[in-house]
Amino acid sequence: MELQAVLMAAGGGSRMMDLTYNTPKPLLPVGNKPLIWYPLNLLERVGFEEVIVITTKEVQKMISTDPKVKLDVKMKLDLVCIQEDADMGTADALRHIQQKVKTDVLVVSCDLITDAALHEVVDLFRAHNATLSMLMSKAHEFTETVPGQKGKKKTGEQRDFVGVDDTGKRLLFMANEADLDEGVVIRKSIMRKHPRMHIKTGLVDAHLYCLKKSVVDFLADNKSISSIRGELVPYLVRKQFSKSTNSPKVIDETHQNLKKNDSNVNLEIQISSRDEELLHLTQERSCWNDHRGDMSDAYHGGRLRCYVHIMDEGICYRVNTLAAYIEANRLAPKLFDEPAVHPSAVVSERCLIGADSIIGASCQISDKTSIKRSTIGVSTTVREKVKVTNSIIMHGVTIEEGCNIQGSVICSNAVIGRGADIKYCLVGSAQRIEPDAESTNEVIVGTDQLMEI
Amino acid sequence: SSILHIAAVVVSGTSVVVYMYTWCLSSSIHISAVVVSMFSTIICGFLFLLVVKRLPEHVQVDDPAVVKRLAKKLERQQIPLRSDYGYKVSLFSHLHQYSRKAPLTQQLSIPSTVIHPSIVRLGLQYSQGIVAGSNARSVALLHAFKQVIRDYTTPPNEELSRDLVNKLKPYISFLNQCRPLSASMGNAIKYIKKEISNIPSQCKEEEAKTKLLTCIDRYIEEKIVLAAKAISKYAIEKISDGDVILVYGCSSLVNNILCEAFEKSRKFRVIVVDSRPRLEGREALRRLVQRGISCTYVLISALSYILPEVSKVFLGAHALLANGYVMSRVGTSQIALVARTFNVPVLVCCETYKFCEKVQTDSFVSNELDDPDDLMVTRKGKTQLENWQDVSSLGLLNLVYDVTPPDFVDLVITDLGMIPCTSVPVVLRVKNLDQ
Repeated sequence: MELQAVLMAAGGGSRMMDLTYNTPKPLLPVGNKPLIWYPLNLLERVGFEEVIVITTKEVQKMISTDPKVKLDVKMKLDLVCIQEDADMGTADALRHIQQKVKTDVLVVSCDLITDAALHEVVDLFRAHNATLSMLMSKAHEFTETVPGQKGKKKTGEQRDFVGVDDTGKRLLFMANEADLDEGVVIRKSIMRKHPRMHIKTGLVDAHLYCLKKSVVDFLADNKSISSIRGELVPYLVRKQFSKSTNSPKVIDETHQNLKKNDSNVNLEIQISSRDEELLHLTQERSCWNDHRGDMSDAYHGGRLRCYVHIMDEGICYRVNTLAAYIEANRLAPKLFDEPAVHPSAVVSERCLIGADSIIGASCQISDKTSIKRSTIGVSTTVREKVKVTNSIIMHGVTIEEGCNIQGSVICSNAVIGRGADIKYCLVGSAQRIEPDAESTNEVIVGTDQLMEI
Repeated sequence: SSILHIAAVVVSGTSVVVYMYTWCLSSSIHISAVVVSMFSTIICGFLFLLVVKRLPEHVQVDDPAVVKRLAKKLERQQIPLRSDYGYKVSLFSHLHQYSRKAPLTQQLSIPSTVIHPSIVRLGLQYSQGIVAGSNARSVALLHAFKQVIRDYTTPPNEELSRDLVNKLKPYISFLNQCRPLSASMGNAIKYIKKEISNIPSQCKEEEAKTKLLTCIDRYIEEKIVLAAKAISKYAIEKISDGDVILVYGCSSLVNNILCEAFEKSRKFRVIVVDSRPRLEGREALRRLVQRGISCTYVLISALSYILPEVSKVFLGAHALLANGYVMSRVGTSQIALVARTFNVPVLVCCETYKFCEKVQTDSFVSNELDDPDDLMVTRKGKTQLENWQDVSSLGLLNLVYDVTPPDFVDLVITDLGMIPCTSVPVVLRVKNLDQ
């Protein structure tokens, strides 16, 4: 087997608590499909047959019991539960499943919605025998108004500085603004080996990583690393150029340390050393070099290499903020070609449904309603003379007559009273909006949620 | 082509019939003419089909029947078909031309189950040019086959000697799609297949696998590593102090020879000749200068300018053909031609495992077309040939190999000794006898 897929679905969605306090993030509906369906569909399309899904007990229960959450994927899902309050980072979760990991892993986050060609990332991993290979995308500005946002958008969200070499594939430098005190510090050894470096800041990290098996074993020994993105990736990027990784003596030691637990220690070391010889022979005889202008061999003799594939065009979103969630709902229909109006929805003839709206299963849309650029969830009831524009309505919502909903997000099981006028609001789960209420740019959530700090 | 075959058989058959009939008449043996003619046509047809080999598929790309056959074969082996790219110059329209930006892995499932992961990795490295050069490709191929053999388990009711060979066939097709196989790779594959089929059926699986792995190690050690040492020993005899040696491109063997000669304290300097679009000479230059050899670097357009300074030319080879022609990187025949004009001796260094039984007298019939986009060059942000596909009368040709006649080559240095170019069939015959 070449690669094992691991899907991280235990995250809490800490940046959109208004949406996730009732529904766990992996099951948030995007385009009427649970968020976790998108990465699973991506993996299925490229040909994976089994996925290890790391998630919480709550999500596992909802997947197995709730009929609304249908994951119609043909792959075999191996659900591994971790405690919700254990505060495990992604690297901790990988350490947790170390026994199941038998080959190199492809780690995907549950909030990734993309149509990227995964073979580009995996080809870099294979061809250059890389330790890490990841996917990034040029960030797109979010154009939709976000409900509940007062004032201008904060630009201060911590930027990531990503340094790539001239080819745009080799990852040389990665740091977050929070970790840098005064300025970007680049070691001279890196500049000597790669004199031309392009530093980019407007990139979205897709949280899709190909990692070698030895990295997972390394994580098992180093319990201090708890997050893949925050700690492991910058560590590996720095380690590419550290003097200790490049000296051959240390490699043999670490080789032996890693194989300490195996029974046929000597045989394995013998095999790997003979194969290393052949690989070395190949590299010696091959007339290829990844850089030119200095006297060093290919890859500067380094054994640890990190690569990145930066997507120029295409959809790549990480649904971890409200703005991203709304944007994803707009674009998600392009990723699958199911009919916009579900066949089991009861839609009366005198309503206007725009071409880019999605109506979920078992909905009831009554006369004289107008639905434009919106998503209507499963089992939602929309009464007469309702105007829904640019909104996301989740499952089980009831919208009484004469309402006007614009640019809002209505969470599941909410009830909107008659004649209510909701503009750019976020209505929490199971909330009731009074009839004839007028709300603009508000976040309406329950009092129990307000207590959670 | 089958019509030609039949026509040739008929013509030769009738000629033999006529001959035998006249012989019978002259020697007054009264055998029925009908019997004689039937007998002779059968023998002729048989002999003809035995002797004439079918043309390989990779040089018949403009024949739709052959392409269809290839597609069916690949479908049976569950390997995706790589489609040709761009306009092909008409003289070479019978060859494949692939684009590097459309790798074969696009159509494969990502945790590749049909093809062993190390073979997928190898195919990628071939198509992206990370493993380039005849020796490097063979060593990498054998290394990947070692992984395949290690991970192989015989299915029940099957014999390892037959099943493993069948397992290797789709891998070889896959590698062929990524990049056409070289002659050295072909010989290595033939060797492995022979070794696998020679495994006795009562041999246990573990034993058979270790035997195969040691065979492969021995092959690499004998044919590549030790051969290089032997060739260096012979070649160093030919290098004298004060020599100016010209090399072309990056041949691992020639670089090895020069480094060894330098270590044995021969005083010489090297002129590295390079050509676009591969510019492999830069890598050769780096390796030589790293050792301390003083080098000069020119492009092939300056060849006749620099040749008066040169005392010897050392060339590497991709393969040595059965009629003494040397198949090597495109540009080699030019170097040999100009060197002959200047009366400079040309020495070709080639291991015996690269000798192949093909016969070629020109570079058109069988060659390799590389990605035409490699010829595009971006200077100051402008790429002149960016939209070359839109210009209907423009074709870009990126040839990889060319063939040098034996009249331009003075000596071939092999691990068996220093032989003239025309002794290649003798070496092949001796090799076949050995096996």
